[in-house]
Order: sequence, then structure tokens, then C-alpha cells
Amino acid sequence: MAASTVGEAEMNSASRGAIAGAPLVLRILAECPVSKARACDMTLPHCTVNTPVFMPVGTQGTMKGVTAEQLENLGCQICLGNTYHLGMRPVSGSATLLGSFRQAEQREHRMDHGCALVITVGPELIEKAKGLHGFMNWRRSLLTDSGGFQMVSLVELSQVTEEGVKFRSPYDNKEILLSPEQSIAIQNSLGSDIMMQLDDVVSSTVTGPRVEEAMRRSIRWLDRCIAANRNPESQNLFAIIQGGLNSELRHICLEEMTKRDVPGFAIGGLSGGEEKDDFWKMVTLSTDHLPREKPRYLMGVGYAVDLVVCVALGCDMFDCVFPTRTARFGSALVPWGSLQLKHKQYAKDFQPIDPECTCPTCRRHSRAYLHALLKCDTAALHHITIHNISYQLSLMQSVRQSIIDGCFPQFVRAFMDRMFPSREQYPRWAVDALASVGITLN
Amino acid sequence: MKLELRGLAPGTRLGVLAGLGRSGTRAMEVPGCLLYTHCGSVPHLTHDTLDALGRLPAVTQLPLATVAEHQEVLEAFREGAAKLAGLHDTVLFCSLQDPAAPCPAGYNTSKSVSLWSAAGRIELTVPKYVAMQAAVRPDWYQSLADGDAQPAGSSLKRVRRSVERTLTHLDECVLLHQKTAELVGAELFGVVEGADVREERVRSARETAKRPVGGFVLDGFQSGVMDQALRAQLIAAVTAELPRDKPRLVLGVGRPDQVLSCVEGGVDLFEGFFPFVATERGCALCFRFAMEPDPESAVQEQNGVTEDGGSSRTEDPEHQDLQQMTRFEMNLNDRRYRDDLRPLVVGCGCYCCRNHSRAYLHHLLVTKELLAGVLLMLHNVSHYSSFFSSVREALATDRLETLKSVVLGV
Repeated sequence: MAASTVGEAEMNSASRGAIAGAPLVLRILAECPVSKARACDMTLPHCTVNTPVFMPVGTQGTMKGVTAEQLENLGCQICLGNTYHLGMRPVSGSATLLGSFRQAEQREHRMDHGCALVITVGPELIEKAKGLHGFMNWRRSLLTDSGGFQMVSLVELSQVTEEGVKFRSPYDNKEILLSPEQSIAIQNSLGSDIMMQLDDVVSSTVTGPRVEEAMRRSIRWLDRCIAANRNPESQNLFAIIQGGLNSELRHICLEEMTKRDVPGFAIGGLSGGEEKDDFWKMVTLSTDHLPREKPRYLMGVGYAVDLVVCVALGCDMFDCVFPTRTARFGSALVPWGSLQLKHKQYAKDFQPIDPECTCPTCRRHSRAYLHALLKCDTAALHHITIHNISYQLSLMQSVRQSIIDGCFPQFVRAFMDRMFPSREQYPRWAVDALASVGITLN
Repeated sequence: MKLELRGLAPGTRLGVLAGLGRSGTRAMEVPGCLLYTHCGSVPHLTHDTLDALGRLPAVTQLPLATVAEHQEVLEAFREGAAKLAGLHDTVLFCSLQDPAAPCPAGYNTSKSVSLWSAAGRIELTVPKYVAMQAAVRPDWYQSLADGDAQPAGSSLKRVRRSVERTLTHLDECVLLHQKTAELVGAELFGVVEGADVREERVRSARETAKRPVGGFVLDGFQSGVMDQALRAQLIAAVTAELPRDKPRLVLGVGRPDQVLSCVEGGVDLFEGFFPFVATERGCALCFRFAMEPDPESAVQEQNGVTEDGGSSRTEDPEHQDLQQMTRFEMNLNDRRYRDDLRPLVVGCGCYCCRNHSRAYLHHLLVTKELLAGVLLMLHNVSHYSSFFSSVREALATDRLETLKSVVLGV
């Protein structure tokens, strides 16, 4: 279903950007007359991306167990990629690839102490390999992050100064610094279509002067990132709006950052454990003050309900590890929630995950088979990953189509009805958020 | 099922196994290897990635050990394992143990054989075994066999017992097979045992050949259990007792040099697990099997095997266990590949070699990414299948000795 919109969109590097010197062109196709939702075509150097869009996350230059070709066949036009890597404390190796993969996942999950962030693929090699696109063999669009979030959230011993993010490797005691200039230099080598500024990330649960400090520093770092960008004609640098859960600080950040001439804006510092009620208010405040004609990227959001609501609030782009990560734990996403395929109840359930889904997994395999395969081979994880990516992409396709057709509010109602057993179970925050933009759920 | 052999020099076997499958329309070239699966899936691969392999072996192997714990599910499903697994249109061979997993000895009794599954040990009598096969609905399956007398040093008495029990199990299997509706049209293979005792090997082969079986499975010759010289002798002794027109499959032999030795001894079919065990250690098969020298490989010859990353060893220890890397592989975990942008094997047409580099595979292994397994499996299965094509070509043109030197790199 998603694939049909892609064909017209591919272009080779010779025809980058419709307008000279502009590596991003946003065409607004439709705007919901009720809410703040819009449907757009965003033309990037590698291909045009239809929005609203969910971007699967494939940090480390791979979409987990899915090949580039499979991802392309699912209709994915843009994904997140990178080559940062957490160097682990050496442990006894596992005899199987599945064993070492499980070890790695457990660590990431636990946010192990004593990890060092290492860039395994140096800039020279990546350039020789024709950028991250060449290295991963992905022909469509790529978005890279700055490396900041991973460092700060996953490395215990990190320290933020005006220079950048510093930490000391627990192995060789060397001090490593990730500055705005370095982050951009790396992303320039990677050659991604969209790069993110290095921002001073604070958890949304932090309060006090640190939040303002981080917001103001992020503005200064944005300017340094802009100055450091070697490829403004072929790579897009997005700013990241910070300010925590404080409207005043957000306002200041919005006012300042929108003065800079960047091709797009991300809304950062949210989706980190804050109350959903605070979350949506910051999202809608941000979209209220971001320019209409530039894309809005809400970072770290990927649950179906969150996606639909935040589209209503005016966001165009989303990313989240959730769909691909949860797949690797045997959880399959469906329009009415999720199926924990490891549970015994699926042992003899011979239906596909979703009888209405047209993904390769649902066309060929049953819940019962996946339940059995989960016990013995990694292929089971790939099947579920493919399904979950397909689910997310399909969802966004449907959202987009409903905006184009002028029936987005009806779509939202039908979506919520399918997802929740009864109106009483609609999340309060979602009801409020939708109501704030004119979509009532009754 | 019909084995059509070409009239070649005596002792060499090259041909086609035709009339396969329930429809009787499929065919498999021999010597050949089966497509190895876990629970009906090629390890790491989904249908789409499997498709990227192009021509697949006509016969797919399902070790019962990888599906035994799901017997109830198969019985509720009622259409067999191939259908449940969503396998492509293929001939399904159900063997007993998983060649890539350890099978501790000492648990078999006169009435039962122990199967080693992911859920632990499952004790099977013949009726239970046949019931399981009925649930699987294979096209071919081996009889229940007592392979316990493998470790060298088993007493003669124990070896004899394993031969006796295996024959008894076979006779019981034959009877039950005839009474089982789900196995109508399936071929039952007899199993030849006898450990390292020549008389017992000959006895087992002769006796098994007297039974109404469709083919023969040679057990107890696994790599790591028996050295090459003895294996070669005993296999020749066994195949001399077997009818020419029925296929012979050897269990647990995957290393290319050992495959060639078995081919010379009259073996037709091999389990395809070797690509998988190489994948699990992050290795890519890279041994040569092209008999025509081409300019590219001539240069590589000059550069020496080590340049390619293959081991500089000229020999592998005889009793090597499956975990250890052989000289037929390159270890992509090695730092030397960090900056190497060449494909795994220059000239290989597989999906991995067409689209990715050694540096990328190295990166995936270092970062412990799942995609490493997918890509390595694609390469390794492709490489191994091409090796078997080369074996057949060598037999057809009487150049087996040439192929041996190429593979061994001498």
C-alpha cells in the first residue's frame, strides 16, 4: 500500500532539491480544516518523503534483522541510521549470534555502567564507503542523530560543559569529547539527508535552573552547528527546540531558534517519562510557534495513539525505537493493541498476526508458527520486526490519506474506537489533546 | 522416487533423484546437500531473504529435534510441518537429531532413543516416534536409530547392541509406517550404524538393505567423532553393501574436504548445516572451488591465502568440534576487516557480496547486530551450494582430484 507513493519520488543525486541550493523542499498537499494536521511531500536529496511519516530507527547502520531491500519493499522512505556504538566491557563470548545479541540488548536495556561510546566506523572509512548510504546500502533518505542523546543517557560518566559532552572511557581512561563541531563533522561524513544539531539534553523530569541552562546552551550549540556544516547545499541541519516542561522557556527557545535559517525543527526534550498531560501541551505550544512551511519532527514518539494525536497537534515526522524493539521481545503491534506472541495462548492460533495486514509476515505465517519459532531461531524476530514496521508505516499512510481526503477527524474516531474496548478507556490526555484542536471523541 | 545415475567410472555417483515429493514431480541432483532448517525456517532467514538465494536445494531438512516440542500444535494443525512453517514448495526430509547441536550419549535404551530438543531430552519409542512423524508429514524420514555407540572406545558389545536395536526399530517403523495414513507416500530411510567396527558396519548395511526402505542414512560418521581416514574406509565398506539405485545420506559431515572424501566413498546427500555453524561464529565461507583459474583468483593465489583472511593453517585437527573455525572460512570479527571495503568473496554473486562489504559485516559483528547473521547466512548457503555444483561438475568431467586440490588450497 505504501509502495505506490514511492515510485514517483526517487531521484538520483544529480537532481537534488527542486530549488537550487535547497536540499529540502516542503510542499503542503492538504491541511485538516479542523485540527492542525497536515499532509506534505518533503523532497530530500535521496528521495521525496510523504508526511506524516514514521521513521524506523536503525542506529548502528542497520535496521536490526531486516535488510535494506526488505525495508525498501515495505515502502519505507526514510529511516534513522548511525554508526555510534556502545563499547561493552568484555565478557565471555556467546557461542551463538543470538546469544551475543541478547547480551547486547540486555545491557542496552539496563543502561550498563562502564560503557564507552565508541565510533566503530571512522569518518575516513565512511567517506570511502560513500557515506552511510553506501555503507548500509540504503538508497533512500537517512536522518542521523547527533550522538548526544546516546552519550548522555547511556554513559554513566558523562559530563556536559560549554565545549561539548565529555566523558572518560572506563577502559583506557582517555577523555572523549563530543562537541557540536565534531558531531556535525561526523554527520557530514555520514552524508545523511537530515542531520540533528547537538543539543544539551536534559530529562523532562528535571526541574530548576538546569533546564534553562540547557535550553540556552542548545541555542548557542545550534549556531556552532550551523557554522560547522560543510554541506549546507546537500544536507539539512535541523534545530531541536528545548525548554523542558516550562512554557516560558519553550517560548524563548522557539523565538530564538526560529530566527535561525534552518530547513526544519525538531521538538526535543519530551517523551522521556513526563506526564502525558504536560507532554501534549508542550507539543502543541511548539507547533503553534513553528513556521508552517517547515517540517516539524517530534523526537522519540512512536506509540500508535501518540502518533495520531501528535499529527492532530501539527507534527509531521516521528521516530521511536519502540516498534522495532518490542518486536525483538516477541510483541506484535495490531490496530487493537499488541499480541505477546510468546504467550501460550498463541500456541495453536493459526491466524496471522492481523488477518487484514498485507505484510510479508502476515501473508505467510501464523501466530502459532511464530510462537513456535520464537523458541528456536532469530528469524522469528525478523518476521515480527517486519510486521511492526509495516504496521507503523501503514498507520501513517492511512493518517496521511485521511488528511488528503478531508476526513482526518473521522479517521481519528475510528482509530480510537478500534484501539480501545470502550470510550471509558480512552486515555484522558489524548481526549484532552484532541479536543484542544477541535476533534471530539463522542 | 527414482535414482538415475549417469554411467561414469565405477565408484563415482552422479545423477538425479527424480519423482520426489507427494506429487512425484520434483527432482534433486546428486551429490547434493539439503537445505538446513530449524523448525522449518532456514536460520536467520525469512521467506524474502531466502528468495534472494535464487536456486535452492530441492530437498529441505527438518531435524525432528527442532520441532519435537510442538507435536501437539502440528496435530491440531493437521497439515504437516512444511505448511505450518510456510515453506516454499519443497521436498521435506525429517531427520532425527540436529547436526549443529550436541547430542549427549548414554540415554538410549533398548526400547527408546533420546531426542535432544530445545525443551530438553525427549524419550521416544518407535510408536511415539512414528506418531511424531505423522504430525510432521514429511516426504522422507529416517527410521529411529540408536546412534549412541559413537564415541571411540565403545565396547564391542555396545556397538553390536546399537546395530541390533536400530534394526529392530526399523522393522517396527516399517510396520507402523504401513498403518499410518499421514505417512502414505512418504519414503522411509534405514539407518546404518556400527561405530568404528568394520564388521558391524558391514552387518548393519547388509541387514538394513534387506528391508523395504527408500534410501539409507549413514550415522556415526559425524565430524568430530571419527577421523577422515577411518571414515573413508568404513563408508566405502558400507556403500559396497548397499543397492546402487537408492540414495545414501551421511549425517553430520559438512566440511568441504570431508564431503569430498564421502563423495568418493559413494555418498549422495549431505546435511546442509555447515554454512550455519560458520555463521554462528561470525565466519564467512571463502574456500575456493572453481576449477578454471581466472585472472582474479590467480592474483589472489599469489597473494596467498592469508590475504583473504582464511586461516594460514594447512590442516584442521581431526577431532575438531563444531565451534571451531576451519581453514575454509574467514573470521569477520577480526580487526583486519575494519577498513576492508571488498565483498566477502570477490566474484561471489550472492546478495551479501553484491551489496555489502567486509567492513560492514565486521561492524555488524562488533556492534552485535542481528543483520550479521542474515547476511552471513545468505553468503554461506550460497557459497556452499555453489561448491556442490562444482562437485557435480568435477564428477561429470572426471576432475575430482583437481577439485580436491583447489578446495584444499594445495
